[in-house]
Amino acid sequence: MKLTGRVWRFGDDVDTDLIIPARYLNTSDPKELAAHCMEDADPSFAGKVQPGDIIVAGKNFGCGSSREHAPIAIKAAGVACVIGATFARIFYRNAINIGLPILESPEASSGIEEGHQVEVDLETGTIKNLTTGESYSAKPFPPFMQELIAAGGLIPYVSRTVGRE
Amino acid sequence: MGMTITEQILAAHAGKEYVEPGELIFANVDLVLGNDITAPVAIREFRKIGAKQVFDRERIALVPDHFTPNKDIKSAEQVREVREFAREFGIVHFFEVGEMGVEHCLLPEKGLVGPGDLVIGADSHTCTYGALGAFSTGVGSTDMAAAIATGKVWLKVPETIRFNYHGKLPKWVGGKDLILYTIGCIGVDGALYSAMEFGGEAVAELSMDGRFTMANMAIEAGGKNGIFFVDEKTLAYVEGRAVRPFKVYTGDSNARYAKVYEFDVTKLEPQVAFPHLPEKARGVSEAAGITIDQVVIGSCTNGRIEDLREAAQVLRGNHVNKNVRLIIIPGTQEVYRQAMREGLFEIFLDAGAAISTPTCGPCLGGHMGILAKGERAVATTNRNFVGRMGHPESEVYLAGPAVAAASAVKGEIAHPEEVIKA
Ligand code: SF4
Repeated sequence: MKLTGRVWRFGDDVDTDLIIPARYLNTSDPKELAAHCMEDADPSFAGKVQPGDIIVAGKNFGCGSSREHAPIAIKAAGVACVIGATFARIFYRNAINIGLPILESPEASSGIEEGHQVEVDLETGTIKNLTTGESYSAKPFPPFMQELIAAGGLIPYVSRTVGRE
Repeated sequence: MGMTITEQILAAHAGKEYVEPGELIFANVDLVLGNDITAPVAIREFRKIGAKQVFDRERIALVPDHFTPNKDIKSAEQVREVREFAREFGIVHFFEVGEMGVEHCLLPEKGLVGPGDLVIGADSHTCTYGALGAFSTGVGSTDMAAAIATGKVWLKVPETIRFNYHGKLPKWVGGKDLILYTIGCIGVDGALYSAMEFGGEAVAELSMDGRFTMANMAIEAGGKNGIFFVDEKTLAYVEGRAVRPFKVYTGDSNARYAKVYEFDVTKLEPQVAFPHLPEKARGVSEAAGITIDQVVIGSCTNGRIEDLREAAQVLRGNHVNKNVRLIIIPGTQEVYRQAMREGLFEIFLDAGAAISTPTCGPCLGGHMGILAKGERAVATTNRNFVGRMGHPESEVYLAGPAVAAASAVKGEIAHPEEVIKA
Protein backbone atom coordinates (compact mmCIF):
# COMPACT_ATOMS: atom_id res chain seq x y z
CA MET A 1 0.00 0.00 0.00
CA LYS A 2 1.29 3.45 -0.94
CA LEU A 3 0.47 6.64 0.95
CA THR A 4 1.17 10.16 -0.24
CA GLY A 5 0.83 13.18 1.97
CA ARG A 6 2.05 16.49 3.25
CA VAL A 7 4.43 16.51 6.22
CA TRP A 8 4.08 18.01 9.70
CA ARG A 9 7.43 18.06 11.49
CA PHE A 10 8.03 17.48 15.19
CA GLY A 11 11.27 17.21 17.17
CA ASP A 12 12.82 14.71 19.58
CA ASP A 13 11.19 13.11 22.64
CA VAL A 14 7.62 14.11 21.80
CA ASP A 15 5.81 12.59 24.78
CA THR A 16 2.26 11.31 25.05
CA ASP A 17 1.26 14.33 27.15
CA LEU A 18 2.11 16.50 24.14
CA ILE A 19 0.25 14.16 21.78
CA ILE A 20 -2.88 14.11 23.93
CA PRO A 21 -2.80 15.91 27.30
CA ALA A 22 -4.16 13.98 30.27
CA ARG A 23 -6.79 16.66 30.89
CA TYR A 24 -8.69 15.21 27.92
CA LEU A 25 -8.42 11.57 29.02
CA ASN A 26 -11.76 11.59 30.76
CA THR A 27 -13.03 10.38 27.41
CA SER A 28 -11.80 7.85 24.88
CA ASP A 29 -13.99 9.04 22.02
CA PRO A 30 -11.62 9.21 19.00
CA LYS A 31 -13.30 12.35 17.60
CA GLU A 32 -12.92 14.28 20.86
CA LEU A 33 -9.33 13.11 21.20
CA ALA A 34 -8.55 14.12 17.61
CA ALA A 35 -9.74 17.66 18.35
CA HIS A 36 -6.90 18.02 20.89
CA CYS A 37 -4.24 16.06 19.02
CA MET A 38 -0.69 17.52 19.55
CA GLU A 39 -2.30 20.47 21.35
CA ASP A 40 0.53 21.24 23.78
CA ALA A 41 3.17 20.93 21.05
CA ASP A 42 1.26 22.98 18.46
CA PRO A 43 -2.16 24.30 19.50
CA SER A 44 -3.18 24.92 15.89
CA PHE A 45 -2.33 21.41 14.67
CA ALA A 46 -5.79 19.83 15.04
CA GLY A 47 -7.29 22.70 13.05
CA LYS A 48 -4.94 22.48 10.11
CA VAL A 49 -4.12 18.78 9.70
CA GLN A 50 -5.78 17.21 6.64
CA PRO A 51 -6.73 13.57 6.08
CA GLY A 52 -3.75 11.76 4.59
CA ASP A 53 -1.10 14.04 6.11
CA ILE A 54 2.04 12.50 7.54
CA ILE A 55 3.88 13.22 10.79
CA VAL A 56 7.67 13.10 10.73
CA ALA A 57 9.37 13.23 14.13
CA GLY A 58 12.79 12.87 15.72
CA LYS A 59 13.90 10.24 18.21
CA ASN A 60 11.83 8.58 20.94
CA PHE A 61 8.44 9.69 19.60
CA GLY A 62 5.57 8.75 21.93
CA CYS A 63 7.58 8.44 25.13
CA GLY A 64 5.81 8.61 28.45
CA SER A 65 2.47 7.10 29.29
CA SER A 66 0.95 3.93 27.85
CA ARG A 67 -2.20 5.74 26.78
CA GLU A 68 -3.49 4.24 23.57
CA HIS A 69 -5.39 7.50 23.27
CA ALA A 70 -2.18 8.90 21.72
CA PRO A 71 -2.09 6.81 18.52
CA ILE A 72 -5.91 6.87 18.49
CA ALA A 73 -5.90 10.69 18.50
CA ILE A 74 -3.33 10.80 15.70
CA LYS A 75 -5.21 8.25 13.61
CA ALA A 76 -8.57 9.94 14.20
CA ALA A 77 -7.08 13.30 13.24
CA GLY A 78 -6.60 11.80 9.80
CA VAL A 79 -2.83 11.28 9.92
CA ALA A 80 -1.99 8.43 7.55
CA CYS A 81 1.40 7.49 8.88
CA VAL A 82 4.06 8.50 11.41
CA ILE A 83 7.74 8.41 10.52
CA GLY A 84 10.25 8.72 13.36
CA ALA A 85 13.97 8.32 13.94
CA THR A 86 12.98 5.98 16.81
CA PHE A 87 9.77 5.32 18.75
CA ALA A 88 9.16 4.71 22.44
CA ARG A 89 8.28 1.06 22.78
CA ILE A 90 4.73 1.23 24.17
CA PHE A 91 3.72 3.77 21.54
CA TYR A 92 5.24 1.49 18.89
CA ARG A 93 3.23 -1.57 19.95
CA ASN A 94 0.06 0.44 20.46
CA ALA A 95 0.28 1.88 16.95
CA ILE A 96 0.71 -1.59 15.46
CA ASN A 97 -2.04 -3.04 17.64
CA ILE A 98 -4.55 -0.40 16.50
CA GLY A 99 -3.41 -0.29 12.86
CA LEU A 100 -1.69 3.12 12.65
CA PRO A 101 1.20 2.70 10.20
CA ILE A 102 4.53 3.78 11.68
CA LEU A 103 8.01 3.60 10.22
CA GLU A 104 11.39 3.94 11.88
CA SER A 105 14.04 5.70 9.79
CA PRO A 106 16.66 8.09 11.21
CA GLU A 107 17.62 9.12 7.65
CA ALA A 108 14.07 10.02 6.66
CA SER A 109 13.65 11.84 9.94
CA SER A 110 16.63 14.07 9.30
CA GLY A 111 15.97 14.54 5.57
CA ILE A 112 12.32 15.55 5.61
CA GLU A 113 11.04 18.99 6.53
CA GLU A 114 7.68 20.53 7.28
CA GLY A 115 5.54 20.94 4.18
CA HIS A 116 7.42 18.40 2.08
CA GLN A 117 5.37 15.93 0.04
CA VAL A 118 6.24 12.35 0.88
CA GLU A 119 5.32 8.97 -0.57
CA VAL A 120 5.47 5.93 1.67
CA ASP A 121 5.38 2.32 0.55
CA LEU A 122 4.35 0.33 3.61
CA GLU A 123 5.24 -3.06 2.16
CA THR A 124 8.82 -2.28 1.23
CA GLY A 125 9.42 0.44 3.82
CA THR A 126 10.57 2.83 1.10
CA ILE A 127 10.01 6.52 1.81
CA LYS A 128 10.28 8.98 -1.09
CA ASN A 129 10.61 12.70 -0.51
CA LEU A 130 8.74 14.03 -3.55
CA THR A 131 9.84 17.58 -2.78
CA THR A 132 13.60 16.91 -2.76
CA GLY A 133 13.70 13.69 -4.77
CA GLU A 134 15.58 11.84 -2.02
CA SER A 135 14.52 8.41 -0.88
CA TYR A 136 15.12 6.51 2.34
CA SER A 137 14.42 3.04 3.58
CA ALA A 138 12.80 2.18 6.90
CA LYS A 139 13.36 -0.98 8.89
CA PRO A 140 10.89 -3.56 7.58
CA PHE A 141 8.53 -5.13 10.13
CA PRO A 142 9.42 -8.60 11.41
CA PRO A 143 7.12 -11.32 9.99
CA PHE A 144 4.97 -11.60 13.12
CA MET A 145 4.13 -7.90 13.03
CA GLN A 146 3.37 -8.13 9.34
CA GLU A 147 0.87 -10.86 10.21
CA LEU A 148 -0.68 -8.62 12.87
CA ILE A 149 -0.97 -5.74 10.45
CA ALA A 150 -2.39 -7.99 7.73
CA ALA A 151 -5.01 -9.26 10.19
CA GLY A 152 -6.03 -5.64 10.85
CA GLY A 153 -4.50 -5.37 14.31
CA LEU A 154 -4.29 -7.45 17.46
CA ILE A 155 -8.00 -7.81 18.17
CA PRO A 156 -8.95 -9.41 14.83
CA TYR A 157 -5.80 -11.54 15.14
CA VAL A 158 -6.77 -12.79 18.60
CA SER A 159 -10.44 -13.20 17.72
CA ARG A 160 -9.52 -15.98 15.34
CA THR A 161 -7.94 -18.00 18.13
CA VAL A 162 -10.18 -17.37 21.12
CA GLY A 163 -13.08 -19.78 21.68
CA ARG A 164 -16.39 -18.02 21.81
CA GLU A 165 -17.95 -20.59 24.13
CA MET B 1 25.61 -18.17 26.85
CA GLY B 2 23.64 -17.79 30.04
CA MET B 3 20.46 -15.82 30.60
CA THR B 4 19.76 -12.69 32.62
CA ILE B 5 16.99 -12.76 35.21
CA THR B 6 14.70 -11.04 32.68
CA GLU B 7 15.43 -13.68 30.03
CA GLN B 8 14.89 -16.52 32.53
CA ILE B 9 11.46 -15.22 33.52
CA LEU B 10 10.43 -14.68 29.90
CA ALA B 11 11.65 -18.15 28.86
CA ALA B 12 9.74 -19.81 31.71
CA HIS B 13 6.54 -18.00 30.79
CA ALA B 14 6.88 -18.86 27.12
CA GLY B 15 7.42 -22.55 27.91
CA LYS B 16 10.98 -22.44 26.62
CA GLU B 17 14.34 -23.56 27.94
CA TYR B 18 16.12 -20.60 26.45
CA VAL B 19 15.38 -17.24 24.87
CA GLU B 20 17.66 -14.57 23.47
CA PRO B 21 17.33 -10.84 22.84
CA GLY B 22 15.32 -9.97 19.74
CA GLU B 23 13.25 -13.16 19.83
CA LEU B 24 9.47 -12.70 19.63
CA ILE B 25 7.55 -14.83 22.12
CA PHE B 26 4.01 -15.43 23.27
CA ALA B 27 4.18 -15.49 27.04
CA ASN B 28 1.68 -16.44 29.72
CA VAL B 29 0.88 -13.62 32.09
CA ASP B 30 0.41 -13.96 35.84
CA LEU B 31 -1.49 -10.72 36.20
CA VAL B 32 -3.06 -8.11 33.91
CA LEU B 33 -3.66 -4.58 35.18
CA GLY B 34 -5.77 -1.69 33.96
CA ASN B 35 -6.90 1.66 35.37
CA ASP B 36 -9.76 4.11 34.88
CA ILE B 37 -8.16 5.63 31.77
CA THR B 38 -6.91 2.53 30.00
CA ALA B 39 -9.42 -0.15 31.05
CA PRO B 40 -12.48 1.41 29.35
CA VAL B 41 -10.66 1.28 26.00
CA ALA B 42 -9.55 -2.28 26.72
CA ILE B 43 -13.05 -3.38 27.72
CA ARG B 44 -14.48 -2.14 24.44
CA GLU B 45 -11.78 -4.00 22.52
CA PHE B 46 -12.35 -7.10 24.65
CA ARG B 47 -16.03 -7.07 23.75
CA LYS B 48 -15.09 -7.03 20.05
CA ILE B 49 -13.22 -10.30 20.51
CA GLY B 50 -16.51 -11.86 21.58
CA ALA B 51 -15.03 -13.98 24.39
CA LYS B 52 -17.65 -15.16 26.85
CA GLN B 53 -15.30 -15.09 29.80
CA VAL B 54 -11.98 -13.71 30.91
CA PHE B 55 -8.91 -15.95 31.07
CA ASP B 56 -8.83 -15.90 34.89
CA ARG B 57 -11.05 -13.87 37.23
CA GLU B 58 -8.33 -13.79 39.89
CA ARG B 59 -5.51 -12.59 37.66
CA ILE B 60 -6.95 -9.30 36.52
CA ALA B 61 -6.59 -6.15 38.59
CA LEU B 62 -8.73 -3.09 37.86
CA VAL B 63 -7.75 0.04 39.77
CA PRO B 64 -9.58 3.30 39.13
CA ASP B 65 -7.04 5.74 40.54
CA HIS B 66 -6.34 8.53 38.06
CA PHE B 67 -9.48 10.65 38.25
CA THR B 68 -10.91 9.14 41.44
CA PRO B 69 -12.82 9.93 43.60
CA ASN B 70 -14.35 10.97 40.31
CA LYS B 71 -13.64 14.57 39.43
CA ASP B 72 -16.35 15.04 36.80
CA ILE B 73 -19.20 13.34 34.99
CA LYS B 74 -17.11 11.91 32.16
CA SER B 75 -14.62 10.30 34.50
CA ALA B 76 -17.46 8.91 36.62
CA GLU B 77 -18.85 7.29 33.51
CA GLN B 78 -15.48 5.78 32.67
CA VAL B 79 -15.25 4.20 36.11
CA ARG B 80 -18.83 2.99 35.87
CA GLU B 81 -17.90 1.13 32.71
CA VAL B 82 -15.02 -0.56 34.54
CA ARG B 83 -17.16 -1.33 37.59
CA GLU B 84 -19.90 -2.91 35.48
CA PHE B 85 -17.38 -5.00 33.58
CA ALA B 86 -15.89 -6.19 36.88
CA ARG B 87 -19.34 -7.26 38.09
CA GLU B 88 -20.32 -8.91 34.84
CA PHE B 89 -17.17 -11.01 34.61
CA GLY B 90 -16.68 -11.57 38.35
CA ILE B 91 -13.29 -9.83 38.48
CA VAL B 92 -11.96 -10.46 41.99
CA HIS B 93 -9.49 -7.59 42.24
CA PHE B 94 -11.52 -4.51 41.43
CA PHE B 95 -10.65 -1.75 43.88
CA GLU B 96 -13.36 0.74 44.73
CA VAL B 97 -12.80 4.15 46.33
CA GLY B 98 -12.16 3.43 50.00
CA GLU B 99 -10.07 0.37 49.16
CA MET B 100 -8.07 1.58 46.25
CA GLY B 101 -4.70 3.24 46.05
CA VAL B 102 -2.36 4.34 43.31
CA GLU B 103 -2.13 1.10 41.33
CA HIS B 104 1.61 0.55 41.54
CA CYS B 105 1.67 1.12 45.29
CA LEU B 106 -1.41 -1.04 45.74
CA LEU B 107 -0.66 -4.24 43.81
CA PRO B 108 2.60 -5.17 45.59
CA GLU B 109 1.08 -4.24 48.94
CA LYS B 110 -1.86 -6.58 48.31
CA GLY B 111 0.53 -9.38 47.38
CA LEU B 112 -0.82 -9.55 43.82
CA VAL B 113 2.72 -9.60 42.41
CA GLY B 114 5.52 -11.88 43.54
CA PRO B 115 9.07 -12.69 42.50
CA GLY B 116 9.36 -14.41 39.13
CA ASP B 117 5.93 -13.24 37.95
CA LEU B 118 5.23 -11.92 34.47
CA VAL B 119 2.91 -8.95 34.75
CA ILE B 120 1.59 -6.61 32.09
CA GLY B 121 -0.40 -3.50 32.74
CA ALA B 122 -2.05 -0.88 30.60
CA ASP B 123 -0.04 1.74 32.41
CA SER B 124 3.54 2.62 31.63
CA HIS B 125 4.70 2.48 35.25
CA THR B 126 3.81 -1.20 35.51
CA CYS B 127 7.59 -1.64 35.44
CA THR B 128 7.48 -0.81 39.20
CA TYR B 129 7.09 -4.48 40.20
CA GLY B 130 10.56 -5.31 38.93
CA ALA B 131 11.60 -4.31 42.46
CA LEU B 132 10.22 -7.70 43.53
CA GLY B 133 12.29 -9.65 41.01
CA ALA B 134 9.35 -9.92 38.62
CA PHE B 135 9.22 -9.10 34.91
CA SER B 136 6.62 -6.41 34.51
CA THR B 137 6.02 -3.97 31.74
CA GLY B 138 3.55 -1.42 30.47
CA VAL B 139 1.45 -2.11 27.39
CA GLY B 140 -1.54 -0.47 25.71
CA SER B 141 -5.24 -1.07 26.09
CA THR B 142 -5.46 -3.38 23.09
CA ASP B 143 -2.73 -5.58 24.57
CA MET B 144 -4.65 -5.58 27.82
CA ALA B 145 -7.84 -6.64 26.02
CA ALA B 146 -6.09 -9.52 24.27
CA ALA B 147 -4.46 -10.63 27.53
CA ILE B 148 -7.67 -10.64 29.56
CA ALA B 149 -9.18 -12.83 26.86
CA THR B 150 -6.24 -15.18 26.30
CA GLY B 151 -3.88 -14.85 29.27
CA LYS B 152 -1.07 -14.21 26.81
CA VAL B 153 0.97 -11.34 25.47
CA TRP B 154 3.40 -10.96 22.57
CA LEU B 155 6.78 -9.68 23.62
CA LYS B 156 10.14 -9.13 22.07
CA VAL B 157 12.88 -10.36 24.40
CA PRO B 158 14.82 -7.22 25.34
CA GLU B 159 18.54 -6.82 25.66
CA THR B 160 19.63 -6.24 29.23
CA ILE B 161 21.64 -3.25 30.43
CA ARG B 162 23.23 -3.69 33.84
CA PHE B 163 23.55 -0.79 36.30
CA ASN B 164 25.85 -1.27 39.30
CA TYR B 165 25.81 1.22 42.16
CA HIS B 166 28.85 1.17 44.42
CA GLY B 167 29.82 2.89 47.61
CA LYS B 168 27.74 4.12 50.49
CA LEU B 169 24.58 6.15 50.05
CA PRO B 170 24.99 9.62 51.57
CA LYS B 171 22.35 10.94 53.93
CA TRP B 172 19.22 12.21 52.10
CA VAL B 173 20.14 10.27 48.98
CA GLY B 174 17.74 7.44 48.11
CA GLY B 175 16.15 5.50 45.29
CA LYS B 176 14.71 8.59 43.62
CA ASP B 177 18.11 10.26 43.48
CA LEU B 178 19.78 7.15 42.07
CA ILE B 179 17.25 6.76 39.29
CA LEU B 180 17.16 10.48 38.41
CA TYR B 181 20.94 10.50 38.31
CA THR B 182 20.94 7.40 36.10
CA ILE B 183 18.41 8.87 33.65
CA GLY B 184 20.45 12.07 33.68
CA CYS B 185 23.48 10.04 32.56
CA ILE B 186 21.86 7.89 29.88
CA GLY B 187 18.96 10.09 28.67
CA VAL B 188 15.23 9.49 28.27
CA ASP B 189 15.91 6.93 25.54
CA GLY B 190 19.12 5.56 27.05
CA ALA B 191 17.54 2.18 27.71
CA LEU B 192 15.05 2.14 24.82
CA TYR B 193 13.52 -1.36 24.32
CA SER B 194 15.92 -2.71 26.99
CA ALA B 195 15.71 -4.35 30.40
CA MET B 196 17.39 -2.32 33.15
CA GLU B 197 18.94 -4.60 35.73
CA PHE B 198 19.96 -2.92 38.98
CA GLY B 199 22.72 -4.25 41.23
CA GLY B 200 25.63 -3.32 43.46
CA GLU B 201 26.04 -2.84 47.20
CA ALA B 202 24.37 0.58 47.29
CA VAL B 203 21.04 -0.73 45.98
CA ALA B 204 21.28 -3.76 48.27
CA GLU B 205 21.11 -1.18 51.08
CA LEU B 206 17.89 0.30 49.71
CA SER B 207 14.60 -0.65 51.33
CA MET B 208 11.85 -2.16 49.20
CA ASP B 209 10.21 1.26 48.97
CA GLY B 210 13.42 2.72 47.52
CA ARG B 211 13.62 -0.12 45.01
CA PHE B 212 10.01 0.38 43.91
CA THR B 213 10.89 4.01 43.24
CA MET B 214 13.82 3.04 41.04
CA ALA B 215 12.06 0.31 39.07
CA ASN B 216 9.10 2.66 38.62
CA MET B 217 11.16 5.09 36.58
CA ALA B 218 12.80 2.56 34.24
CA ILE B 219 10.24 3.69 31.65
CA GLU B 220 11.58 7.24 31.97
CA ALA B 221 14.78 5.97 30.35
CA GLY B 222 12.76 4.17 27.67
CA GLY B 223 13.26 0.82 29.44
CA LYS B 224 10.94 -2.11 28.90
CA ASN B 225 11.35 -3.24 32.49
CA GLY B 226 13.53 -2.54 35.50
CA ILE B 227 14.52 -5.45 37.67
CA PHE B 228 16.20 -6.21 41.00
CA PHE B 229 17.50 -9.46 42.44
CA VAL B 230 15.55 -11.08 45.23
CA ASP B 231 17.19 -10.88 48.68
CA GLU B 232 16.06 -11.14 52.32
CA LYS B 233 14.35 -7.76 52.08
CA THR B 234 12.30 -8.91 49.11
CA LEU B 235 11.35 -12.15 50.83
CA ALA B 236 10.43 -10.35 54.05
CA TYR B 237 8.19 -8.04 52.00
CA VAL B 238 6.31 -10.77 50.13
CA GLU B 239 6.01 -13.07 53.11
CA GLY B 240 2.44 -13.07 54.37
CA ARG B 241 1.31 -11.02 51.37
CA ALA B 242 1.79 -13.11 48.23
CA VAL B 243 -1.55 -14.49 47.07
CA ARG B 244 0.12 -17.06 44.78
CA PRO B 245 3.22 -19.23 45.08
CA PHE B 246 6.22 -17.48 43.58
CA LYS B 247 9.58 -18.46 42.14
CA VAL B 248 12.94 -16.81 42.63
CA TYR B 249 15.14 -16.42 39.54
CA THR B 250 18.78 -15.53 40.00
CA GLY B 251 20.17 -14.97 36.50
CA ASP B 252 23.18 -16.88 35.16
CA SER B 253 26.69 -15.78 36.02
CA ASN B 254 27.61 -15.87 32.32
CA ALA B 255 24.56 -13.86 31.21
CA ARG B 256 25.01 -11.42 28.33
CA TYR B 257 24.67 -7.68 28.83
CA ALA B 258 24.38 -5.11 26.06
CA LYS B 259 26.16 -2.65 28.34
CA VAL B 260 27.28 -2.34 31.95
CA TYR B 261 27.33 0.95 33.83
CA GLU B 262 29.25 1.42 37.08
CA PHE B 263 28.33 4.32 39.35
CA ASP B 264 29.98 5.42 42.57
CA VAL B 265 27.29 7.05 44.69
CA THR B 266 29.38 8.00 47.72
CA LYS B 267 29.47 11.68 46.81
CA LEU B 268 26.09 11.93 45.09
CA GLU B 269 23.94 14.94 45.96
CA PRO B 270 20.14 14.67 46.16
CA GLN B 271 18.94 15.09 42.59
CA VAL B 272 16.42 17.42 40.96
CA ALA B 273 15.20 16.99 37.36
CA PHE B 274 14.57 20.34 35.68
CA PRO B 275 11.71 20.92 33.24
CA HIS B 276 10.71 19.41 30.87
CA LEU B 277 12.39 16.00 30.84
CA PRO B 278 13.41 13.57 33.59
CA GLU B 279 16.90 13.43 32.02
CA LYS B 280 17.55 17.03 33.04
CA ALA B 281 18.76 15.85 36.45
CA ARG B 282 21.28 17.89 38.42
CA GLY B 283 22.48 18.12 42.00
CA VAL B 284 20.08 20.04 44.27
CA SER B 285 22.71 22.75 44.86
CA GLU B 286 22.39 23.74 41.20
CA ALA B 287 18.69 24.39 41.72
CA ALA B 288 19.17 26.67 44.72
CA GLY B 289 17.10 29.84 44.61
CA ILE B 290 14.41 28.61 42.23
CA THR B 291 11.15 29.79 43.79
CA ILE B 292 8.09 27.55 43.73
CA ASP B 293 4.32 27.73 44.13
CA GLN B 294 3.39 24.14 44.91
CA VAL B 295 4.85 20.90 46.23
CA VAL B 296 3.29 17.49 45.67
CA ILE B 297 4.45 14.49 47.69
CA GLY B 298 2.91 11.23 46.54
CA SER B 299 2.37 9.14 43.36
CA CYS B 300 3.40 5.65 42.36
CA THR B 301 7.01 6.80 42.56
CA ASN B 302 7.11 8.22 46.09
CA GLY B 303 3.75 7.67 47.79
CA ARG B 304 4.85 4.89 50.16
CA ILE B 305 5.25 4.97 53.93
CA GLU B 306 8.99 5.50 53.87
CA ASP B 307 8.53 8.51 51.59
CA LEU B 308 6.05 10.04 54.02
CA ARG B 309 8.38 9.35 56.95
CA GLU B 310 11.18 11.12 55.14
CA ALA B 311 8.96 14.11 54.40
CA ALA B 312 7.84 14.20 58.04
CA GLN B 313 11.42 14.16 59.24
CA VAL B 314 12.05 17.35 57.29
CA LEU B 315 8.70 18.99 58.11
CA ARG B 316 8.74 18.32 61.85
CA GLY B 317 8.72 21.64 63.67
CA ASN B 318 8.65 23.54 60.38
CA HIS B 319 5.92 25.40 58.56
CA VAL B 320 5.32 25.57 54.83
CA ASN B 321 6.38 28.86 53.25
CA LYS B 322 3.47 31.27 52.83
CA ASN B 323 3.90 31.29 49.05
CA VAL B 324 3.67 27.51 48.71
CA ARG B 325 0.84 24.97 48.71
CA LEU B 326 1.95 21.57 50.00
CA ILE B 327 -0.19 18.59 48.98
CA ILE B 328 0.57 15.17 50.43
CA ILE B 329 -1.06 12.10 48.93
CA PRO B 330 -0.49 8.72 50.60
CA GLY B 331 -0.31 6.01 47.93
CA THR B 332 -2.82 3.60 49.45
CA GLN B 333 -5.33 3.29 52.26
CA GLU B 334 -2.80 1.16 54.13
CA VAL B 335 -0.09 3.82 53.78
CA TYR B 336 -2.67 6.39 54.91
CA ARG B 337 -3.52 4.37 58.01
CA GLN B 338 0.11 3.70 58.85
CA ALA B 339 1.04 7.36 58.49
CA MET B 340 -1.83 8.26 60.81
CA ARG B 341 -0.76 5.67 63.38
CA GLU B 342 2.79 6.97 63.37
CA GLY B 343 1.62 10.51 63.96
CA LEU B 344 2.86 11.78 60.60
CA PHE B 345 -0.43 13.52 59.89
CA GLU B 346 0.01 15.71 62.98
CA ILE B 347 3.35 16.83 61.60
CA PHE B 348 1.91 17.46 58.13
CA LEU B 349 -1.07 19.38 59.47
CA ASP B 350 1.07 21.44 61.84
CA ALA B 351 3.26 22.30 58.85
CA GLY B 352 0.22 23.52 56.92
CA ALA B 353 -0.02 20.68 54.39
CA ALA B 354 -3.18 19.41 52.72
CA ILE B 355 -3.55 15.63 52.98
CA SER B 356 -5.52 13.84 50.27
CA THR B 357 -7.14 10.45 49.92
CA PRO B 358 -5.06 8.17 47.64
CA THR B 359 -5.27 9.24 43.98
CA CYS B 360 -2.98 9.99 41.03
CA GLY B 361 -4.54 13.45 40.97
CA PRO B 362 -2.02 16.16 40.14
CA CYS B 363 0.69 13.75 38.97
CA LEU B 364 -0.85 13.71 35.50
CA GLY B 365 -2.60 17.04 35.74
CA GLY B 366 -5.87 15.30 36.50
CA HIS B 367 -7.22 17.09 39.56
CA MET B 368 -6.35 17.91 43.20
CA GLY B 369 -3.65 20.46 42.55
CA ILE B 370 -3.46 21.69 38.97
CA LEU B 371 -0.91 24.38 38.13
CA ALA B 372 -1.89 27.75 36.63
CA LYS B 373 0.02 29.42 33.81
CA GLY B 374 3.54 30.29 34.85
CA GLU B 375 3.42 28.34 38.13
CA ARG B 376 6.22 26.11 39.27
CA ALA B 377 6.08 22.93 41.35
CA VAL B 378 8.43 20.48 42.97
CA ALA B 379 6.93 17.00 42.81
CA THR B 380 8.00 13.54 43.90
CA THR B 381 6.29 12.20 40.78
CA ASN B 382 8.05 10.78 37.73
CA ARG B 383 7.33 13.07 34.77
CA ASN B 384 7.92 16.75 34.23
CA PHE B 385 6.79 16.95 30.61
CA VAL B 386 5.23 20.13 29.23
CA GLY B 387 1.75 20.54 30.74
CA ARG B 388 2.04 17.39 32.86
CA MET B 389 0.63 19.03 36.01
CA GLY B 390 -1.58 21.62 34.41
CA HIS B 391 -1.07 24.64 32.18
CA PRO B 392 1.34 24.07 29.27
CA GLU B 393 3.32 27.04 30.57
CA SER B 394 3.71 25.65 34.08
CA GLU B 395 6.85 23.83 35.24
CA VAL B 396 7.55 20.70 37.27
CA TYR B 397 10.84 19.88 39.01
CA LEU B 398 11.17 16.24 40.05
CA ALA B 399 12.81 15.30 43.35
CA GLY B 400 12.65 12.88 46.26
CA PRO B 401 10.42 13.48 49.31
CA ALA B 402 13.11 15.11 51.47
CA VAL B 403 14.03 17.75 48.90
CA ALA B 404 10.33 18.29 48.11
CA ALA B 405 9.50 18.86 51.80
CA ALA B 406 12.51 21.13 52.31
CA SER B 407 11.54 23.17 49.25
CA ALA B 408 7.99 23.58 50.60
CA VAL B 409 9.42 25.03 53.80
CA LYS B 410 11.92 27.33 52.16
CA GLY B 411 9.71 28.46 49.28
CA GLU B 412 12.50 27.66 46.86
CA ILE B 413 14.29 24.47 45.93
CA ALA B 414 16.34 23.45 48.93
CA HIS B 415 18.52 20.75 50.45
CA PRO B 416 16.92 19.10 53.51
CA GLU B 417 19.81 20.18 55.75
CA GLU B 418 18.90 23.81 55.10
CA VAL B 419 15.60 23.56 56.95
CA ILE B 420 15.79 20.57 59.25
CA LYS B 421 15.14 21.14 62.94
CA ALA B 422 16.94 18.46 64.93
S1 SF4 C 1 0.75 8.28 40.10
FE1 SF4 C 1 1.16 9.33 38.18
S2 SF4 C 1 2.61 8.07 37.09
FE2 SF4 C 1 1.77 6.84 38.74
S3 SF4 C 1 0.06 5.70 37.79
FE3 SF4 C 1 -0.77 7.60 38.65
S4 SF4 C 1 -0.69 9.08 36.98
FE4 SF4 C 1 0.62 7.40 36.41
